[in-house]
Amino acid sequence: MTNLVLVEHDNSAVKSATLHAVAAAQKIGGEIHLLVAGQNCRAVADEAAKIAGVSKVLLADDAAYASRLAENTAKLIVGLAPSYSHVLAATTAMGKNVMPRAAALLDVQQISDISGVESADTFVRTIYAGNAVATVQSADKVKVITVRPTAFEAAAATGGSAAIENVAAAGETGLATFVGQELSKSERPELTSARIVISGGRGMQSGDNFHMLEKVADKLNAAVGASRAAVDAGFVPNDYQVGQTGKIVAPELYIAVGISGAIQHLAGMKDSKVIVAINKDEDAPIFQVADCGLVADLFQAVPELESRLAA
Amino acid sequence: MKVLVAVKRVVDFNVKVRVKADGTGVETANVKMSMNPFDEIGVEEAVRLKEGGKATEVIAVSLGPTQCQETIRTALAMGADRGIHVKTDVELQPLAVAKLLKAVVDKEQPQLCILGKQAIDDDANQTGQMLSALLGWSQATFASKLVINGDGTANVTREVDGGLETIQVKLPLVMTTDLRLNEPRYASLPNIMKAKKKPIEQVTPEALGIDPAPRLKTLKVVEPPKRKAGVKVKSVAELVEKLRNEAKVI
Repeated sequence: MTNLVLVEHDNSAVKSATLHAVAAAQKIGGEIHLLVAGQNCRAVADEAAKIAGVSKVLLADDAAYASRLAENTAKLIVGLAPSYSHVLAATTAMGKNVMPRAAALLDVQQISDISGVESADTFVRTIYAGNAVATVQSADKVKVITVRPTAFEAAAATGGSAAIENVAAAGETGLATFVGQELSKSERPELTSARIVISGGRGMQSGDNFHMLEKVADKLNAAVGASRAAVDAGFVPNDYQVGQTGKIVAPELYIAVGISGAIQHLAGMKDSKVIVAINKDEDAPIFQVADCGLVADLFQAVPELESRLAA
Repeated sequence: MKVLVAVKRVVDFNVKVRVKADGTGVETANVKMSMNPFDEIGVEEAVRLKEGGKATEVIAVSLGPTQCQETIRTALAMGADRGIHVKTDVELQPLAVAKLLKAVVDKEQPQLCILGKQAIDDDANQTGQMLSALLGWSQATFASKLVINGDGTANVTREVDGGLETIQVKLPLVMTTDLRLNEPRYASLPNIMKAKKKPIEQVTPEALGIDPAPRLKTLKVVEPPKRKAGVKVKSVAELVEKLRNEAKVI
């Protein structure tokens, strides 16, 4: 039994989501190989080779993988998959984009966003926005899996010394080209890996008011998130979204500000260790999951919170 | 250009689902069903393409039991021209749906298929990518903007983890929708009436030559662990004190 884990990276460094996917592979058991597909990404392979428990790193360094377009990357995976029992990636925008394409080409029914490993063929995943937990068994020859990062403790980033092996590129499909990207610039930690997250909802009333949350975030070294309602209302970009259809987070501390607590939002944050809710509506459903609730006007409470953190 | 949109009938997003006592699934009898919200965005985008003169016809396809016709009617009321219902009572998993949709696409020859990025029941986020793979077409997932260029290509802006990414893809294309692509319209009463007269063709997996049997076996479905409500604090000062000294998280 050998697992192949697709490494999430930006051509210069391994993204931490990868470590959680490796952890899931460790639970499955057997050897673990990593696939680094990118361009001029030798540094990523070097870093990946140090991840604990990894025995081999496959490096496909080619222009076709410069931005991990789904068409080219899936084709590469399909060529490698027959030597593996499991092919995994973290449930990230890249994993979600590439893996089902590879699975279909392999005639495999992918198992999405697993949160538990029962055995080599049986996995746990949530459905209906986390309102039900399903245990599913796959009879496919190769298991194609995406892994919910928050559900698995990260594998150690160092301690390993895997061999790096170059693999041939599988060719350019010519179907898509990368035009450009606009990444949110922020000095704050990434939403999915931050130790503390502070999120705003419809109660924030405007995008400008999110500056109040940012000030608190800066004092706590926290990431800023948002509910779908706040994204829908145009307050903040979609990459802030925490929830069933956005990002799943499980920080040590989650502070929900002006968020009522719709099912789909809870799906994205209810595994957080400590949940704090600040909302002026004392009947808001968010209080049913909050460890610590404060019924207050956020426009007074948030600035006061910021000033008290300074003290 | 023909546009095909896939619409899934799901438990309405406002319904709090209940797990069945026997652990075989969730209760869907006597529960309000609606079109998957991301598929509504897909229908809206297709109808806008038609209104903008880019698309000539919009076909709405749904797969599943008889009641899926209601979902197709909703799409027709929003402005789709006709419907195709792939009727089956078998539990459909994404790979089977992709194969069935491919068979429909082979017949209808659209240049663009639009699917929701994710259905809010199985939360799989697979079908669009799988359909694109099986067709050998280009793929643009999590779209927040679509521009059809005159030269047989399209530019799609995608929601990715760190922000936005734009790719240029060759048509034909499978695109999946994200939240900010558009805001779906409400069907007007006259359009709901008109939709009743629009044709819905019914086909079966057998007629399409596809075996829709599920690949994944669901062993059990249970309730998630319940989170207990905690305490309410009276002031920000008390909150900070608790976080600092009791929970020790700040």
